[in-house]
Amino acid sequence: MRVAEIAKKVRSKNAGPFWVTVDVFCGSPEAYGRLVKGLPNGLLARVYGQPEQLLKRFDIPDLNVIKLSFPRPVVQGSRDDRDMHGAQWAHLLAELEIDA
Amino acid sequence: MLARAEAAVPLVIGTAGTCGADATVDWMYQITLELAEELGQSLKIARVYCGQPPERVIAALAAGRVTPLSAAPEIDAELLASTTNIVALAGAEQVQAALATGADVVIAGRTTDTAIIAALPLARGDLAGGAWHGAKIAECGALCTTHPMTGTILVDFDETGFTVEPMALEAACTPHSVSAHMLYENSDPFQLYEPGGYLDVRDARYTALDDRRVRVEGSKWVPGPYTVKLEGARAAGYQTTILAVLRDPRYVDHAQDWVDGLTAHCVAAIAGRTGMGPEDYSLEFRLIGVNSALGAMENRRGQPVEVGVLGIITAPTQAQAAEIGKLINPFVLHHPLTPNEELPTFAFPYSPATTNRGALYEFVLNHVMRIDDPMAAFRLEVTEVSNARG
Repeated sequence: MRVAEIAKKVRSKNAGPFWVTVDVFCGSPEAYGRLVKGLPNGLLARVYGQPEQLLKRFDIPDLNVIKLSFPRPVVQGSRDDRDMHGAQWAHLLAELEIDA
Repeated sequence: MLARAEAAVPLVIGTAGTCGADATVDWMYQITLELAEELGQSLKIARVYCGQPPERVIAALAAGRVTPLSAAPEIDAELLASTTNIVALAGAEQVQAALATGADVVIAGRTTDTAIIAALPLARGDLAGGAWHGAKIAECGALCTTHPMTGTILVDFDETGFTVEPMALEAACTPHSVSAHMLYENSDPFQLYEPGGYLDVRDARYTALDDRRVRVEGSKWVPGPYTVKLEGARAAGYQTTILAVLRDPRYVDHAQDWVDGLTAHCVAAIAGRTGMGPEDYSLEFRLIGVNSALGAMENRRGQPVEVGVLGIITAPTQAQAAEIGKLINPFVLHHPLTPNEELPTFAFPYSPATTNRGALYEFVLNHVMRIDDPMAAFRLEVTEVSNARG
């Protein structure tokens, strides 16, 4: 099943020019439980092509949110940046097929 | 400014002109002067300048008082000297210094988003954790409500926390909408670093007072060394762009092959006519409709009707970038997929096809600078203007 079919919303945005952060709003404790299990760090690292040790992850049961932050591989606004605000990165995770 | 005069409270503007460089503080100051004259207002205006001469940061770096944050680029004196602008992010102390002059209007350069809001409750002795936390919740107005487009909210600070309420009647603050705002544009939803310490909201409690107001208590302020974050930019070349659209289905299907062939042809032509090798400039074509937003991370393939080809040239000078743009213009318009076919012509959406973008600026600092006195890296200017209508 795709993450977007389980979560209520997945969004991403820069957290300053050197970091990007992805918020998965699961919407319910049930969806939160499924997604926490279905999205191990190794998988998240692969989706974004990042070394796993650079990921900062926060599982927040009070909000039914999984939050993921990592350094931007290209700095905001630099020559090779393709998305100045990092907001399109969310779709890579939203469209991911997972076992959950 | 009309509302400020009626309420007789100070108006605090922070990160003036979006980036908060000294030039944008001056710009906002000029606008304020014009408005004051039009409105017939006599005002005391305090300006906080946050620009840092490179020499100050170079000296601080040499003295071991500049520390990289996570994912910071490497810096040295030479790089700092090449910056076009460096600003330090002011905190509550600098805004408080401006307010203490009795200013009616404070125009601050680069500040943290929270500092302009936290300064007043902190100065009045409200709970520090609540002041910073409430300021973070308020930084984007109604974004912490159920109706993010409704603009304004009211935050009431006191000695044990804060209460937040939307001003639009149809909007509501809920414990979820308020606490979720700590996620926004933050890499860490529980700790927020500010000049002189950090906010810790791990133990914050969000309680609904009724169906539209939320009470927040338990936020902590943890004092630390007085550091200010630095932001800096430098010109990393000059750019010219060109945009063509492929509609021919054969070209749409083979857009990447076409771009690879086009690039090789352009690189050879540029070398032959200007002597510039690929190491002297950068030429990149991005395929809009294929993977232009995500590049190598893109994992979906579709069947687009058309593909936009955005060529981006980056060169040491604008003249060189413009020359390359003019040189490749006919190739972008006519390059054939195979050598022995009639020359195609693609869609240029406008003419001339090339656009000179000016300098490409890149961020070079993600560091903090230690200062002994909060005002040591900031400059306060106070002026009084008289426009009394008589």
